[in-house]
Amino acid sequence: MKEGGGGYRNLLAISSLDKDDVLSLLDSARSFAEVSTRSVKKVPALRGKTIVNLFMEPSTRTRMSFELAAKRLSADVVNFSSSTSSLSKGESLKDTAKTIVAMGVDAVVVRHGSAGAPLMLTDWVECSVINAGDGMHEHPTQALLDLFTIRERLGRLEGLKVAIVGDIDHSRVARSNIHALRKVGAEVVLVAPQSLLPRDIQRMDVAVAGTIDEVLGWCDVLYLLRIQLERVNESRFPSLREYTLLYGLTDARWSELDHKPMVMHPGPMNRGVEIDSSVADDVESVITGQVAAGVALRMAVLYDLLGGSHG
Amino acid sequence: MADSILIKGGRALTFPGGLTGEVDIMVEAGRIKQVEAGINAGGAMVIDASGCVVAPGLVDMHVHLREPGMEYKEDIASGSRAAARGGFSAVFCMPNTEPPVDNLSVAEYVYDRGVDEGFCMVLPHGAITVGRRGETLAPMGEMAACRAGVMGYSDDGDPVANSEMMRRAMEYARTIGALIISHSEERSLSDGGQMNEGYYSTLLGLRGIPGEAEQIGVYRDICLAEKTGATLHLAHISTSGSVELVRSAKRRGVRVTCEVAPHHFSLDDSMLTSYDTNLKMNPPLRSRGDVEALMEGLADGTIDVIATDHAPHASHEKETEFDRALFGVVGLETCLALVMTKVVDSGVLSLEDAIARLTEAPARIMSMERWGYGTALEEGDDANLVVFDPEQRWTVDPGEFMSRSRNTPYAGWDVRGRVQHTLFKGRLVVIDGELAEGTR
Amino acid sequence: MEFEARAQLLDADDIARVIRRVAHEILERNKGRDDIALVGVRTRGVFLARRLARTIEEIEGGSVYVGELDVSLYRDDVAIRRASNVGVTQIDFDVNDKKVVIVDDVLFTGRTTRAAMDAIMDFGRPAVIQLAVLIDRGHREVPIRADYVGKNLPTSGNEKVRVSLTEIDETDMVEVGEERER
Repeated sequence: MKEGGGGYRNLLAISSLDKDDVLSLLDSARSFAEVSTRSVKKVPALRGKTIVNLFMEPSTRTRMSFELAAKRLSADVVNFSSSTSSLSKGESLKDTAKTIVAMGVDAVVVRHGSAGAPLMLTDWVECSVINAGDGMHEHPTQALLDLFTIRERLGRLEGLKVAIVGDIDHSRVARSNIHALRKVGAEVVLVAPQSLLPRDIQRMDVAVAGTIDEVLGWCDVLYLLRIQLERVNESRFPSLREYTLLYGLTDARWSELDHKPMVMHPGPMNRGVEIDSSVADDVESVITGQVAAGVALRMAVLYDLLGGSHG
Repeated sequence: MADSILIKGGRALTFPGGLTGEVDIMVEAGRIKQVEAGINAGGAMVIDASGCVVAPGLVDMHVHLREPGMEYKEDIASGSRAAARGGFSAVFCMPNTEPPVDNLSVAEYVYDRGVDEGFCMVLPHGAITVGRRGETLAPMGEMAACRAGVMGYSDDGDPVANSEMMRRAMEYARTIGALIISHSEERSLSDGGQMNEGYYSTLLGLRGIPGEAEQIGVYRDICLAEKTGATLHLAHISTSGSVELVRSAKRRGVRVTCEVAPHHFSLDDSMLTSYDTNLKMNPPLRSRGDVEALMEGLADGTIDVIATDHAPHASHEKETEFDRALFGVVGLETCLALVMTKVVDSGVLSLEDAIARLTEAPARIMSMERWGYGTALEEGDDANLVVFDPEQRWTVDPGEFMSRSRNTPYAGWDVRGRVQHTLFKGRLVVIDGELAEGTR
Repeated sequence: MEFEARAQLLDADDIARVIRRVAHEILERNKGRDDIALVGVRTRGVFLARRLARTIEEIEGGSVYVGELDVSLYRDDVAIRRASNVGVTQIDFDVNDKKVVIVDDVLFTGRTTRAAMDAIMDFGRPAVIQLAVLIDRGHREVPIRADYVGKNLPTSGNEKVRVSLTEIDETDMVEVGEERER
């Protein structure tokens, strides 16, 4: 993890972690997963710490996951979201940051529509900053929980063949996963029309395939991204129907597969678009596993950042 | 204040002529009286210029001094002082003020404010279209005939989106002997963009502005200039593709010139990993390869002019999320040092050729002899001079800027080449690097 | 920091004898093996707990519950020391009404034991909690006393005790020495 200004430890991007950071968080998440299986799902590790969930973009899943993680570590949690806050009244991020500093909190978990906003926050607050998704940039805890889920199920990460399918261009989940998977030695192929790929993506050391059929039968893990209808209006592809035709994990494709890959999705799934409903039912356990892993992983992150002295 | 000033022991840089040996320059009653070695000071105030270069005052074809309308960012008082401190004797203000310079009264207002302040010539460019809205032609003839003598026309900040409008503007400008300055940008490709489209925009998750957005604009305006015979100047070109388009247009004899801003040759998009909003400008910082192509363009003369695109913004407009921050950086007070450090030191251009891009070339394009501005440093010319030490190293401290805004990406940079003195119409407006207030 | 041994206190045979004696003591105090659960504190306490369990099973037959505890999350000094990797806690049995014996290698300030008790309580309500340690080196900071002690070893504050067990170290032994800057 990176030391930020003032010696606070932050989790801003997978790109700034090294392989050992990633693996040690995954190891420690394993221990935290056990806490969530107890009858008393709570340990006193972060007693007396205060964590602010600063969510400037709608999110239920990630916010709940961070909140549960914090509470299971006995930290106090304050939620601050744009719909209820003064941000909608035009207050600047910097002013919000100053308010947070005045409240004397220990960490800010920030979700923001603008790439780089969490990094900017580190200049303005005097506490740890955790990126819970910034624009199209990164969503580091999602990638870590995805790796955790893969490793729990397949027993390894190195050498695995992972295909990520869908709207790579707009996806912070894809970016963080690419960084994370490459760091731990997995092979990554991106599957999307060029109109949904960001420029020069190959420089991130990944391969590119044009349709889902090119990777089925090859990949160990098939990671489907959520496709959004508004991309049709941006002329990124002609129609959802055509998307399904070329990139959808349809029942026909699924049932033909001898070697069925582990299917992942950051949720919520668009049934009938990126995945057929029957296939979704088949693979639902992995996807709910991702959600459960999310709490454990975020506990590991919070504990790593806050559970020790600075320096 | 002494009416005559003797600048002693500097090397004069003249166009034509180039760099001389050590000479003395006597300035009297606002004009150059004598350029010779060993002039007797007599009663003149003596300025020691040993080790320095004495060049014609610099000319910046592209600044935004924000007055009228956005004085909280900059005004002509602060902007013209920043210019003088940067060694400039003339700056051309883009018309995107509020109200814009699309009629003679705003043009004369800007001109008069510059005269009032007296630190350098503040000369407005006019808008091509009324309100810069791209719909109807602004009264170019009227603005050209007024005392501001507007010669360059641009909707800078925005492109003229409609090609028919641009064509007519060029035809009309040609008739009245005016220059069209193109802000070349195909907005349907750049809309929503925050930085150069490429590996780094992908890495940072920031929406990209492809080089093609600029090049399509550049190519369109070159085609239109070729067709209409108009004189075209391309503002702030930033990509290798643009350099190549201009190079080939010049080869064909199109009457086109272009400029590059110091930030485009001194910085590149890999630096944006800091999400520093002081690195956000339009056109955006491009790739390493583009920077190299711009240097080649400077070296082979494809790029005629270095202009700052000085674009001040208040701190609250920059200290915000990257995609909410405004585009632009200040540049007047760092320009000469960046040219010395990045262009001259690296051997891209000789000192003479580099300074020509800041004096002789813009003066020629903007017909500066109208304003009594000459680059030959001949007897009788207005004494618009910059005395700078090409070797002096200094560290950029935005806190010392005369500009009202501090949005510079160069804070803390160690650079070489510092303005010691600036004379404007024979008056010392900058002495020993500091503004000479109250000298009038 | 590097440990520099000054003397060996227990060798492999000594440790084996201690395990046997403590196993007998546990059985004696609790009147048989019924409802006994041994919970080892990570790392070496876990191995000692397994050895004790095996010995008890040899003596009495049947099987004894063994659990593993990582107390990092319960420590009161997380603000002082750097958070390290948290090990897995594994208690696969119902602790309610069990006779839980916490097993650790060295008893020092007592804070680890305090944390271990808190952790066990989060799993349920044992009938009784007892403490078995291989070495008690004194210097308690909380009112905690071991029920079963392999060896009492009064030490000075800057002395350190190093326990090696074959499960993760090369040999079985206990040494006393000092920690030095490398």
